[in-house]
Amino acid sequence: MALSLRNLVSRNSLAPLPIGRLLLSTRGLQTFSLPDLPYDYGALEPTISGEIMMLHHQKHHQTYVTNYNKALEQLDDAMNRGDPSTVVKLQSALKFNGGGHINHSIFWKNLAPVNEGGGEPPRGSLGWAIDTDFGSLESLKQKMNAEGAALQGSGWVWLGVDKELKRLVVETTANQDPLVTKGPSLVPLIGLDVWEHAYYLQYKNVKPDYLNNIWKVINWKYASNVYEKESA
Amino acid sequence: MAAGSTAINFSTPCALFPCQPLSLGFSRSSFHRHQAAKNQRRSTRRAASTPAITAKLELKPPPYPLNALEPHMSQETLSYHWGKHHRGYVENLNKQITGTELDGMLLEDIIFLTYNRGDILPPFNNAAQIWNHEFFWESMKPDGGGKPTGDLLELIKRDFGSIDTFMEEFRAAASTQFGSGWAWLAYKANRLDVGNAVNPSPADEDKKLVVVKSPNAVNPLVWDYYPLLVIDVWEHAYILDFEARRADYISIFMEKLVSWEAVGSRLEMAKAQAAERESEERRRQEEEEKNAGDAEAVEMYLDSNSDEPEAD
Repeated sequence: MALSLRNLVSRNSLAPLPIGRLLLSTRGLQTFSLPDLPYDYGALEPTISGEIMMLHHQKHHQTYVTNYNKALEQLDDAMNRGDPSTVVKLQSALKFNGGGHINHSIFWKNLAPVNEGGGEPPRGSLGWAIDTDFGSLESLKQKMNAEGAALQGSGWVWLGVDKELKRLVVETTANQDPLVTKGPSLVPLIGLDVWEHAYYLQYKNVKPDYLNNIWKVINWKYASNVYEKESA
Repeated sequence: MAAGSTAINFSTPCALFPCQPLSLGFSRSSFHRHQAAKNQRRSTRRAASTPAITAKLELKPPPYPLNALEPHMSQETLSYHWGKHHRGYVENLNKQITGTELDGMLLEDIIFLTYNRGDILPPFNNAAQIWNHEFFWESMKPDGGGKPTGDLLELIKRDFGSIDTFMEEFRAAASTQFGSGWAWLAYKANRLDVGNAVNPSPADEDKKLVVVKSPNAVNPLVWDYYPLLVIDVWEHAYILDFEARRADYISIFMEKLVSWEAVGSRLEMAKAQAAERESEERRRQEEEEKNAGDAEAVEMYLDSNSDEPEAD
C-alpha cells in the first residue's frame, strides 16, 4: 500500500491527480493539504446542502489529511529506524486516513453545480461503454443506488474501469478503503460517499433519497476524461 | 471467513441448519434466564392464513421518554435513532425471518446462528443491531454520569488500575473505532474455545473486565463475553447533536448519560453466570472422571477373563 501511494505521489503528469497539493517538509517527506473545492459550499443546493458540504470538506476531509500526514511522519520515522513492527501497525491508520484523503479528493471532482454541467449525462466513449456494460445509464444508476442502499455501515459505491480488462465495474468498499483495494487494475470514475456524514444532516436516515438525488450533481465530464485516458 | 461460501436462501425452512436443538459448544441458556426482562420484546399472534404461530419481534422503547436525555442527547436524535433506525432493524428482521427456521427463535440465538463464526449472514446485521440498540438505551439514563460504585468500582480498579485509566481506555476505543461500530465494557469469563477465530482478547485472563470495540453490528455476545456497557459510535448516534465531534459526544456520554446502576446490575448477572458455568464444568469433569474410572474397572475384568491357556 505504501509503495503504490509513493508512485501516486511522484507522478508528474498533468492529468487529474486525485491528490491535493503536495507540501515538502524539511525532511523531504511529502505531506498533503486539503484541496480546495472547485465551487462554493452552497453551489450544490438543493441536492446537497451547503451545511453538509462545509462540514464534509472542512471537518471530515481535513481530519483525514491531518491524520494521514501524522501517520506518514510516523511511518517515515519507523522506516528510518528499521522498526518493522511499527511500520506494520501503522498500516490501518494509513489506509483509513490516506484512503479518506484519496476518496474525498475524487468525490469533490465527481460533483458539479447544475450550471456547470452537474447532472448532464455522459457522452462519447464513456456513454457508449455504460450502455454496453449496463444496458443504459438508468440501469447503472439503479445498480449503484441498490448497492449503496444495501451497504452496511460506512463505505463507498464506485463506478470504475478495469484498465486491464477494458471494462466498467460497479464495486463497493468499506470504510475509507480506496477502490484499488478491490483490484489493482481498477481506476475510480465516480464515487458515491455513503458514510452517514455525507447525507444525514439533510436526508436523515433516508439514504435512498440521497442516492436518488445525487445524480443531479454528478460531474460526468470528469468521469469521461478519466475513462478516456485509461482506455487510450 | 470461509472462502467460496454459497448464497443461502433464507426462506427455505431447514435449508441452512439441521432442524435440531442448538448446540454451539457452550451454554447460553443462563444468559437468557438472567435477561428475563428482555423476553418482553416478543409478542405472538396467529397469522390469518396459516395455522402456525408467528412470533414477531417488537420494538422496545427506551426506559425513559424520548426527551428525557436532553440537553445531552436531543429528542430529535432519539426520535430518529430509536424511531427510524432501531424500528427499521426490527421491521426488516421480521421480514427476513418470516417462514424460516429463525422465525420464533430468541433474538440471542438468531444472533449466534447468523454470525456464523464470522462469515456473517444477512439477518445478523438486523438482529444484532436490535440487541445493540436495546442495550444502548438501557446503558443510559436521565441525570446519568457520576462514578461507578461497589463491586463494579472494585473490579474496575483491579482490572484497569483506576477509574481514570478505564475511562481513558473506553474513550480511546470509542474514538478509534473507525467507521461505524460500538465500544464496550464487557466481562470476560470464557476459558472455552469460542471457535470463530476472532476473539479480541484471547490472551487475557479469565473473569476480568475488558474494553473492546466492534465494527458495524458485531457485539461481544459473539465472542462469548458478557456486555456491561456500550456506546454507539455510528455517526447517526451523534451527528445531529455533535456534527463531526465524536470526542465531545463520548465525553458527554461518560459525564452525563451513562447509567452505572445498569452496568452494576449487569455485572452481578455476569458474575452469577460465570459461577454457574464453573460449577457446571466441575460437575461435568467429575462425571467424566467417574465414567473413566468405571471403564477401567470393566477392562480389568475382561483382561483377567481372557487369561486362558492357549495351548490345549
